Amino acid sequence: MANITAGVASSHVPAIGAALDLGKTQEPYWAKVFAGYEFSKRWIAQQKPDVVFLVFNDHATAFSLDFIPTFAIGCAESFAPADEGWGARPVPVVQGHPELAAHIAQSLIQSEFDLTIVNKMDVDHGLTVPMSLMFGQPQAWPCKVIPFAVNVVQYPPPSGKRCYQLGKALREAITSFDQDLNVQVWGTGGMSHQIQGPRAGLINKEFDTNFLNQLVNDPETLSLKPHIDYVREAGAEGIELVMWLIMRGALEKQVKEVHRFYHIPASNTAVGHIILENPETN
Amino acid sequence: MPLEKPYANIPGTTVFDADQSRKGYHLNMFAFSLMKAPNRERFKANERAYLDEWPMTEEQKQAVLARNFNRMIELGGNIYFLAKIFATDGKSFQYAAALMTGMSQEDYLQMMINGGRPEGLKKLSGAQHG
Repeated sequence: MANITAGVASSHVPAIGAALDLGKTQEPYWAKVFAGYEFSKRWIAQQKPDVVFLVFNDHATAFSLDFIPTFAIGCAESFAPADEGWGARPVPVVQGHPELAAHIAQSLIQSEFDLTIVNKMDVDHGLTVPMSLMFGQPQAWPCKVIPFAVNVVQYPPPSGKRCYQLGKALREAITSFDQDLNVQVWGTGGMSHQIQGPRAGLINKEFDTNFLNQLVNDPETLSLKPHIDYVREAGAEGIELVMWLIMRGALEKQVKEVHRFYHIPASNTAVGHIILENPETN
Repeated sequence: MPLEKPYANIPGTTVFDADQSRKGYHLNMFAFSLMKAPNRERFKANERAYLDEWPMTEEQKQAVLARNFNRMIELGGNIYFLAKIFATDGKSFQYAAALMTGMSQEDYLQMMINGGRPEGLKKLSGAQHG
């Protein structure tokens, strides 16, 4: 059976991808960001996940204002890196896992989470930057990926509670798939940041620290935090953090925190990164 | 019954809700079109002519030509869509954010290195609005 072994959360700042693609990782400004992922790259090389279920938000790339799905699951064979206006990132094409994706879609919809099914989608920095941070710059990505896009472009995004509950249903869906697969669930985006209007540049370290602590130890309570608290205290774009709750909901109640990194800034954003392992099931 | 907007009083912040989305539909769809290289070429060759292909308001077109992102947001623009405009100009999110706060990019960069907006959650004062 498929097994969820760990959860990873990470910011997905586009400038991090640009720094990597342009060979700036040794510059002091960027070296501090990449240093936080050195452990993670070693860790994931040992973990060798077969599939990553990657929760991200599309930044008006695959979805225009013509279609705004709240939850969309990528069921394609592969997903090309998107041209967001700068040209596409020079990263490998993302290979999907259509069989597992279809199984998850069916299971979640039957659990009353009404997903949108996507059979063609280019993936933007929201997905490819965390891949680069965790895997570096390989010729091909070492695992398959099921992209799961959450609307945080047009208000209202789904609530933290809905995301957390979806994570729990996701756990049932993945663990009922009858192939032996090592699956990780990733949540991306955040942490506190605002990139629009006169309040751009807002960072809230206290909010972020509390969020990380609660994510590990008391996700149930954290999931009840209303949108308005995120927008007011973590910035208009800090609302992306609800996506981390899908990852947390997919894990067991008690998890082992194996890595945490927090750094201000990358471009306009506080970078947060955490790795949580499920208890051994054997 | 109008939409409930508990976020309306957050200083220096426009939440992109259904009302803004309706108002900004064509502006955002114009920006979205710049993800295709041939469209970027045509836009760069003659911005006004390219804008005139879209049923946008004159105010929206003027805001685009002036690269006034606060004004574009006021007129229904969403930052993720507007990003295609400054990407076409070869500019970063940090460049655009600095512009919207009325700071130089150097000052903004330094503010972020120092931990972000110093007034934190307190009310903004003296920031540029459009």
